[in-house]
Amino acid sequence: MTAALKDRDLRDTALEEKLLHARLAHTWRTPPGLIGFFTTVDHKRIAVRYIITAFAFLFLGGILAMLMRWQLSRPEAGLIGPDLYNQIFTIHGSTMMFLFAVPVMEAVGVLLVPLMLGTRNIAFPRLNAFSYWIYLAGGLVLWVAFVLDMGPDVGWFAYVPLSGPQYSPGKRVDIWAQMITFTEIAALAISVEIVVTVLKQRAPGMRLDRIPLFVWASFVTSLVVILAMPAIVLASTMLILDRLVGTHFYNPSEGGDALLWQHLFWFFGHPEVYIIFLPATGMISSMLPTFVRRPVFGYLALVLAMVSIGLLSFGLWVHHMFTTGLPRVGESFFTASSMAIAVPAGVQIFCWLATIWLGRPVWRVPFLFILAFFFTFVLGGLTGVMVASVPLDTQVHDTYFVVAHFHYVLVGGAVFPLLAAITYWFPKMTGRMMSERLGRWSVALLFLGFNFTFFPMHILGLQGMPRRIYTYQMDLPWGGMNLFVSLCSIALALGFALFAFNAIRSTRSGEAAGDNPWGAATLEWATSSPPPPYNFARIPVVSSANPIWDQGQSLPVASGLSVNRRELLVTTTADAEPEVRETSPGNSIWPFLSAIATTIMLVGSIFTPWAVVWGSIPVAIGLIGWFWPRGTPEDDS
Amino acid sequence: MRRLLPLLSAGLLAGCTGWQSALAPRGPVADDLHGLFWLFTITCALVWLAVMLVLLAALLRRPPDGKARQERAMQHSARAIGGAVAATVVIVAGLTVASFLATRSISAHAEDALVIRLRGYQWWWEATYADPRPDQNFITANEIHVPTGRLVRIELAAADVIHSFWVPNLSGKQDMIPGRANSLAFTARKPGTYRAQCAEFCGLQHAHMALHVVAEPPEAFERWRTAQVAEAARPHGPEEDEGRRILESKACGACHTVRGTQAAGNLGPDLTHVGSRQFIAAGMLPTTRGSLAAWVADPQSIKPGSNMPMVPLTADELQAVSAYLTRLR
Amino acid sequence: MNQRIITDLSRLPLHGSGTASLTWWGTLAFMLIEGMGFALAIGSYLYLVSVAAEWPPGGVPPDPLWGTAVTAVFVISIVPNLLLSRWAGEEDLRKVRIGIVLMSVLGLVPLALRVFEFSALNMSWDSNAYGSITWLLLGLHTTHLVTDVADTFVLAAVMFTRHGDNKRRYGDVQDNALYWNFVTLTWLPVYACLYGIPRL
Repeated sequence: MTAALKDRDLRDTALEEKLLHARLAHTWRTPPGLIGFFTTVDHKRIAVRYIITAFAFLFLGGILAMLMRWQLSRPEAGLIGPDLYNQIFTIHGSTMMFLFAVPVMEAVGVLLVPLMLGTRNIAFPRLNAFSYWIYLAGGLVLWVAFVLDMGPDVGWFAYVPLSGPQYSPGKRVDIWAQMITFTEIAALAISVEIVVTVLKQRAPGMRLDRIPLFVWASFVTSLVVILAMPAIVLASTMLILDRLVGTHFYNPSEGGDALLWQHLFWFFGHPEVYIIFLPATGMISSMLPTFVRRPVFGYLALVLAMVSIGLLSFGLWVHHMFTTGLPRVGESFFTASSMAIAVPAGVQIFCWLATIWLGRPVWRVPFLFILAFFFTFVLGGLTGVMVASVPLDTQVHDTYFVVAHFHYVLVGGAVFPLLAAITYWFPKMTGRMMSERLGRWSVALLFLGFNFTFFPMHILGLQGMPRRIYTYQMDLPWGGMNLFVSLCSIALALGFALFAFNAIRSTRSGEAAGDNPWGAATLEWATSSPPPPYNFARIPVVSSANPIWDQGQSLPVASGLSVNRRELLVTTTADAEPEVRETSPGNSIWPFLSAIATTIMLVGSIFTPWAVVWGSIPVAIGLIGWFWPRGTPEDDS
Repeated sequence: MRRLLPLLSAGLLAGCTGWQSALAPRGPVADDLHGLFWLFTITCALVWLAVMLVLLAALLRRPPDGKARQERAMQHSARAIGGAVAATVVIVAGLTVASFLATRSISAHAEDALVIRLRGYQWWWEATYADPRPDQNFITANEIHVPTGRLVRIELAAADVIHSFWVPNLSGKQDMIPGRANSLAFTARKPGTYRAQCAEFCGLQHAHMALHVVAEPPEAFERWRTAQVAEAARPHGPEEDEGRRILESKACGACHTVRGTQAAGNLGPDLTHVGSRQFIAAGMLPTTRGSLAAWVADPQSIKPGSNMPMVPLTADELQAVSAYLTRLR
Repeated sequence: MNQRIITDLSRLPLHGSGTASLTWWGTLAFMLIEGMGFALAIGSYLYLVSVAAEWPPGGVPPDPLWGTAVTAVFVISIVPNLLLSRWAGEEDLRKVRIGIVLMSVLGLVPLALRVFEFSALNMSWDSNAYGSITWLLLGLHTTHLVTDVADTFVLAAVMFTRHGDNKRRYGDVQDNALYWNFVTLTWLPVYACLYGIPRL
């Protein structure tokens, strides 16, 4: 080694390319083997881990859905009894919302936001590692409880008094409520990271109007998470207290109120839908230009639409409570605000249509998923307008019409774009492409399977079929259509299975991708597939919203960062002018240990309130170990 | 248009018998909701079709060549988006107004409404006909009768958890919430039996919590009412006598009331006229002697989790009880 | 992709404070989360007031003595807290050490007073919804207080080690001071709710 390399403050400026990569790879590396697995703070590794776990939960939740369809395929079927059925639909809903949809959208953000912004790691990378372990623990708590026949059985919105101490004795509901705490901690942690990363770690020159639209979507979503999730944390804490120490928040006979739960739950629960949907719209806005060979039409309109959806999402919660007998005037206001969200949603649709109109389509798998999204989501959005009307809602609320509606919005509006995104960004996770041929088959199966499974549910709901019934009697005319739905759901399940098969196979034997296989415009395609641990050898400098398309043959970059310690660039909030060379924390076991301590405390508190007291000691030790300075280069200034 | 809509319903949704359906309205409130439903559905279908057609055209057309043409196409697009947003605002505002007007028309009041107090239990319904004359009050369960052509106001309450009362053929649903008072009004236009079902998840047997609304001409309703006010029918013959004795001496009377006997419990449905109802166990089984016997013999396998325990009875005792219950018309 | 170097960042400072610091923004985000939690808890309090026939049920409001003492300590503590933040900005190790020890002690005082405050509420958490929400609000704030005091203690310990004299640590002290202001600010509406509304 030369003397220059031993220099503690070695810069990238004069290093030749090969040496630069070697030095950076050493500085930013994750140790191999198990140690690396538990200590890594690389946002890409954590994100991929998050995505795989979320998809595992999707498949578990899907198996539950198939069990429900089996039971409902004919009247008075005795395959699954009411006790098990109620656990199944509760865990299906809770898994899909809290363990799949929200985490997977945030995980894609963790993967892509730093890459799209041209930075080397997410802000607070140890918090990011902690977030994953907490999320995993929450998911395991729910599913282990289910396997032990202790699965929650009161529905994913757990209305009191049914979920209260009197009507749900035992630990089932406590497990649900603590699972909520786990997943909310995980989601809040990621939101803080994403907000700070977007505000402070953008590549030089990436002004607000040059931020990729997926990043905008993740940013708005994270703010919605920050403002919405405290409501469910508060609500579920109050529920646990009612159940564990005898408080009376929800007990009407002691001055509490059953509707307080519904207000708090839906104050979170409605924005939750947009926490899932907004990232999906961001994915579409970021992918569509690649597949029509032109920049997105109406960038500013799309950003404003996302911001206004984020804001409006807080003014809609009462539309889940139209049948609870609230004052009519208030309900009419919420009808108006619920319908008003159709305007920004429409703006997005119209901008995408214009983008396709002005461009030249490239018929690849992600684009086909986007077309499936249009067909399905627009329909789900329009039935959303129907349930937003108070009088109509009194007929369709809590029926299969609503089941159909929200599956159209969530599967059509979020899962289809997500599958497009997985296919599209697969090279950035694995370095390989997914099979185009298998991809087309899975689009076809998913699209047809989904629509034939869920469209008839609208009609079942109008014919009077309530949701959450474990069976129905012979004299009700729902048997034929339910059988049809159950048969079609097999095609839908096969579509998901084929997608998974394609992904697993392509991870090993897919075609090698190269840096920019789709010919896309944003910064994540300016580095290799998969990106190195440090993402970018030198920090890119940006002067447009589509840097790769607009920069010609070579990428302008900035030099001067240290290669001997983990260093990244902090820029100003509005104009992304370089501000500080900041260090980024290195690998650490403490987030994992803190997560274990937190898990013990939270699981213990299901059984005794004292767990919060004694459990906080190991948590405190974990956090001190996490933050205590170690004299590494990253601690120095 | 009004006359076309039922046709449309029938055509599109063939096979729907209207037993418990929002698409087969049988009263003015349900009519209004049904009209509103088709207004929304047709509007939304047209919007969806328009978006799909534009998408199809966008996919099939050849993009403009040359800078000038592209510029022009972009200007056109911007204008088209503006127009589409304006159209969205107009449609959404129109639907909001339509929905507001419908709310007004269905919350109509009338002085002479028949008032029924309905209370939800896990998993059955208790109905109280409250008459200004105290001797005309009575309590029944799981089946209510209403006169056709007269406004009926249902006052809703819940004994344990949240339930929701929903007779789709007559009106939308309204929740029954512990600690809160709600109400709902409808009029039945024609005689018939309309099925209602609990619409808010309420625990193990949420699926088996039905109620039947029997609409009948005012004279028939008055006859039914008079019969309900009366005490329970006397047993005929030794078997029915024995049935009544068992009902009073075994656990039955601790939960159920049979007016005119010693059975005066209030945890389960009032059985004074159980034999007159079309169904037992909240809509689970048609009322026959056989189904009554089966239900009493083993309620937990018919309705798992139900609060009705199995009371051990010999075969003869079961015969006697079912004979007596059938008598309670 | 080929690269061309167009700018050099070597001269940038190695640590920023305030809006140039990631942890400052992170602290802000966490304060937003917790502030929302307080807002919703106070919202729930007001909601329960609105459905109650009588508030407090039974008519005995909490004894204001201890709560007012806590408020006084909080208000007074703002002055040394701001001074500490300024000294940290000036990177004056000696003054920062004095300041952080002072703030550690000042943090313990309201914590000790809290014990008496809980017993002066005149209502148990399991008597009725009023008792429940009152205990919840006070408990929520106490949790924040405990967290901040523990954090201050750890930071005080760090400042007396060799890691103390470091820009990053001074930044941590400033963020900790910011958080103390937050704990103080959230107390004021909670105080108004707990002691004001039952007397209306």
